Amino acid sequence: MSKEVLVRVEQLYRYYSQTCAVDNVSFDLAKGEVLGFLGPNGAGKTSTMQMITGNLAPSAGRISIQGIDLLDRPKPAKREIGYLPEQPPVYRELTVDEYLHYCAKLNRIARSAVAGAVATAKERCGLTDVGARLIGNLSKGYQQRVGIAQAIIHTPAVVVLDEPTVGLDPIQIREIRALIRELGAEHGIILSTHILPEVQATCNRVQIIHKGRLVFADTTAGLEQRLNATSLIAGFSRPPDPAALQQVTGVDRVEALEGGRVRIHFSDGNPAEALVERAAASHWGLHELTPERRTLEQIFIDLTCTEAPVAAGMEAA
Amino acid sequence: MIFTIAARELRSLFLSPLAWAILAVTQFIFAYLFLSQIEAYIDLQPRLAALEGAPGVADIVIAPLFADAAIILLLVTPLVTMRVLSEERRSRTISLLFSAPVSMTEIILGKYLGVLAFFLILIGMLMLMPLSLIAGTELDLGKLAAGMLGMTLVLAAFAAIGLYMSALTEQPTVAAITTFGLLLLLWIIDWAGSNRLENTGVLAYLSMLRHYEPLLKGLFSSVDVAYYLLVIALFVGLSVRRLDAERLQH
Repeated sequence: MSKEVLVRVEQLYRYYSQTCAVDNVSFDLAKGEVLGFLGPNGAGKTSTMQMITGNLAPSAGRISIQGIDLLDRPKPAKREIGYLPEQPPVYRELTVDEYLHYCAKLNRIARSAVAGAVATAKERCGLTDVGARLIGNLSKGYQQRVGIAQAIIHTPAVVVLDEPTVGLDPIQIREIRALIRELGAEHGIILSTHILPEVQATCNRVQIIHKGRLVFADTTAGLEQRLNATSLIAGFSRPPDPAALQQVTGVDRVEALEGGRVRIHFSDGNPAEALVERAAASHWGLHELTPERRTLEQIFIDLTCTEAPVAAGMEAA
Repeated sequence: MIFTIAARELRSLFLSPLAWAILAVTQFIFAYLFLSQIEAYIDLQPRLAALEGAPGVADIVIAPLFADAAIILLLVTPLVTMRVLSEERRSRTISLLFSAPVSMTEIILGKYLGVLAFFLILIGMLMLMPLSLIAGTELDLGKLAAGMLGMTLVLAAFAAIGLYMSALTEQPTVAAITTFGLLLLLWIIDWAGSNRLENTGVLAYLSMLRHYEPLLKGLFSSVDVAYYLLVIALFVGLSVRRLDAERLQH
């Protein structure tokens, strides 16, 4: 890819005593990408994110931010990182303005530019009206926004967000997702989440991590491909013989369901058109025809719940 | 960067009622001690006037006041330092510092200076009492300065120990009790074997009190100053190491 690589993670390992939380994870993040990090609880998402942001030292592996090694030269590397942990790191006793001023200075923004940076961050996160309020008195959604404002105040190259929409109401979730997409245009973004539609709504790349290993990595477009229908549900008033259905061009396999319905599997070329013609000609009384889409949830469950094949697949690879 | 962290630390201290309560209570007790020493001095004055080279106000009022103040501050220090790092860890705000472009040393020094600034305010308020005597009597400013230096060094050492204890734990109360225990131990450590006439062993050297007393008498010795500076450097250094280790293991 010709795009500028912002984050490069190479063969990252992290052990907690005997437990291996992150096991040989490698990936790149380019400018303009929003990378969705999926995985069940305890899969190693947060550990990976903590390592990228310098909150946790890796047991082995390399992390570089814009070509700067995070472990060798942490200060210049960390300038290019904004991090929102699961719990927003806010001081409840400060006001939003005080807190953001502090964050701006902490991120070494020049004294003269601090006020401007704070104003921009507040505006982007919709905090303009609450600047003088104590963070402790704000709702969870607003605290989350303060957390995001803190992560983007120094316009870092990479923004790492750990479950940014947890505990928000649906309207706030929409706003935050819009904000993430907007930020994604000029920053590289890594976000972790449990909510699968969120990935489809905001990310242009997806990685699924399970038991510390990357088990799936693809672009959202590639994912869409995988999600495309590979089966049809058809309902007939006068169900035909399965063998007759099998003869329709493109049909791989037929699976009988109750109530005269069948599931028709196909691999290349949707047989719907041929099926309708055949059904009309043979008076089967076709009254239902629905393409079945696989959901991200199914892929997720396939990858994370069927442990043996995944593990075997990884070892083979 | 260090000062940014220090300023926030000090600000947060004063945004909680704790700092104000500590200042008010200690000031009240200091004032009580001060007035009772003044009273003792007034009682003694007729007899002192007859003596050649009699002890002055600095010896009779200020030295005991500072000696008692140090013990009161030994009790108060753990309350001030207990939250410094443990609270950041508890409320997960520490990751803000970890992901910012600041080194561990800067974080620790910032925190330390913030706490130290609070103690300097406290000492400043205490100093107002002896200084008020200038209006009515002659004061040995040299002795007062030595006493103030001693007080500052003692408190700076207390703060460094408290900071380290706070770096060790996530529970502020645990930090407080361990700080208190260690401070008290260092204060009284020379009691062992103190029945011997000559007590110049290791334990005596380790005792904070032993290095404080000469300064109160107006005796400035580089050994005493070095002792406090070593304690400060040791515990600040250990805190940096502890914070660094935090990223390595969980």
